[in-house]
Amino acid sequence: MGSGGRAVAPVAREPWLVRALLVAVTLGFLALFLLVPLAAVFVEALRDGWHAAAAAFTDKDAASAVKLTLLVAAIVVPLNTAFGLAAAWLLARHRFAGRQLLMTLIDLPFAVSPVVSGLVFVLLFGLQGWFGPWLRDHDIKIIFAVPGIVLATCFITFPFVARELLPLMQEQGSDAEEAALSLGASGWRTFFLVTLPNVKWALLYGVILCNARAMGEFGAVSVVSGHIRGRTNTMPLHVEILYNEYQFTAAFAMAALLALLALGTLAAKSLVEWRVRRQLRLALLHARQGGA
Amino acid sequence: MSVEVRRVSKSFGKFPALKRVSLTVPTGRLVALLGPSGSGKTTLLRAIAGLEEVDHGEILFHGEDVSAVPLRERKVGFVFQHYALFRHMTVMDNVAFGLRSRPRRDRPPRHEISKRVRELLKRVQLQDFGGRYPHQLSGGQRQRVALARALAVEPRVLLLDEPFGALDAKVRLDLRRWLRKIHDELHITSLFVTHDQEEALDVADSVVVMNHGRIEQDGSPDDVFHQPATAFVMDFLGQVNRFPGLVDEDRVKLDMLHLPVDEATMKAFAGRAAMVYARPHELGLSAQPDARPSFPATVRRVHAAGPRVRIELVGPHNERLVADLPQDEVAALRPVPGVQLHVRLLRWRVFAS
Repeated sequence: MGSGGRAVAPVAREPWLVRALLVAVTLGFLALFLLVPLAAVFVEALRDGWHAAAAAFTDKDAASAVKLTLLVAAIVVPLNTAFGLAAAWLLARHRFAGRQLLMTLIDLPFAVSPVVSGLVFVLLFGLQGWFGPWLRDHDIKIIFAVPGIVLATCFITFPFVARELLPLMQEQGSDAEEAALSLGASGWRTFFLVTLPNVKWALLYGVILCNARAMGEFGAVSVVSGHIRGRTNTMPLHVEILYNEYQFTAAFAMAALLALLALGTLAAKSLVEWRVRRQLRLALLHARQGGA
Repeated sequence: MSVEVRRVSKSFGKFPALKRVSLTVPTGRLVALLGPSGSGKTTLLRAIAGLEEVDHGEILFHGEDVSAVPLRERKVGFVFQHYALFRHMTVMDNVAFGLRSRPRRDRPPRHEISKRVRELLKRVQLQDFGGRYPHQLSGGQRQRVALARALAVEPRVLLLDEPFGALDAKVRLDLRRWLRKIHDELHITSLFVTHDQEEALDVADSVVVMNHGRIEQDGSPDDVFHQPATAFVMDFLGQVNRFPGLVDEDRVKLDMLHLPVDEATMKAFAGRAAMVYARPHELGLSAQPDARPSFPATVRRVHAAGPRVRIELVGPHNERLVADLPQDEVAALRPVPGVQLHVRLLRWRVFAS
């Protein structure tokens, strides 16, 4: 498996010119589409100096956008962690009618355009939507309010944890859990002392990805939020508003903060990814030689 | 603690894994469940453990129906083929897991748990390995940890699912002798699943041969080997030579020779086609035909490495035969490929064809 730097047999090696060309193309592509835009965000944010950039966050609406983004992530990530664990456990451990369908449904948010996902919630809970009249009669606001943003974000991010756990749980099998139960452990004890430690790195990896997307989601949130400043604006939406109002420094400062969050996530992700690969490799190794 | 299985059936979807299986295991026995894959042996073991719910029938421990008792309350020790150790726990924590999982009122105090764990590790000869993690152990050591872990909770019944299946030949042999030794010391009623007939015959007090979700025979190793109840058991427990024949009065007529049969066979097959089975060591060979009934066959190959010699022959109808003889008997025959010898049946059994 490709993780180790295994030497390629000389026959399979391309001439140096081809190799150099491939490397150049890859690096050029990377620079053009990833590094230059990233650098541009920070350059633009700091064009008028630190103070101007920092001033963007002292604005009341900006602060509330940051707060809302953190609040949404704080609600959505635990929900999807619990859901992801439950779904992965169900799919890995049990065979039942509709299992394949559930597996496909989990991937649905990956397949559907975020804008469409947002529209679905408007269709369901908006004033003209299916539940609109009932919600209005009971004075419950979902669309153009925080609950709508949470719902949409939840929908968009729910595959991450389940998708990350499923292959590992399938590979590890249920022997260890059955062993724990046969030794008299309760279901909860088995879950916390056996199931969870066996998948902890994959779980953390899924949580990180889920969190990154929850904070960065634009499309679906944009449809359900209504862009009410200071109330239903998340960070990505706030960036758009600022940009449209020609407040470039503020827009880029906010974007830089989002980018920093993403970079931090990326660093955490690589660290965890390394552990996950180790865990999966161990599971595979054990499965092959009949391991622990 | 005796184990009784009464008319147990279990299906996976449309596949019937167990068909009205009944079995009694007296207290303190070491029993092998032997059969090919798909015979239902593992399903039966898992049903006894409570890892698998049965569709019909009952399972009794010491006369008490435990069919409805969930796995964690059934108090069985279960050893998995792939050990199923808790990989993030040390050997010591693995073995202590069951005792620590008991409800507070039944849980022994901490120092007693560690004393018990040390005793068990000593019993499985791993007293110096308590601080290691499973991935730092060899396969044989891991399986010993798994056994110690299962024994720690003082199970009523010990169940082992292909316990040596994942190990290499040498370790297998050591470990199965050692299982027998542990069993002789503890006398805990034990069942183990295997598809290796040699292992079953070597270790167990009695062998339960299974096929297609049914028990074909339940008897001592001696019985199942020498008095197989069915053609399947005969075939599964070692190599066989087969001869089609016809039972006529007090004899079975094969193509080249007639063999006398007992009264039971006479009654069962009177006038009907049957199959005569003989094991390789039940064939006699001679260089020249004599008064005894025999038929000619040509030597194909000779395998002389080992305490006995295995000779492959081809019969008059191109059928492949295997004979197994002691070295000194073979010396007089001087068999080389191409030589014609005369084959006698020293012992045989008749089953339906």
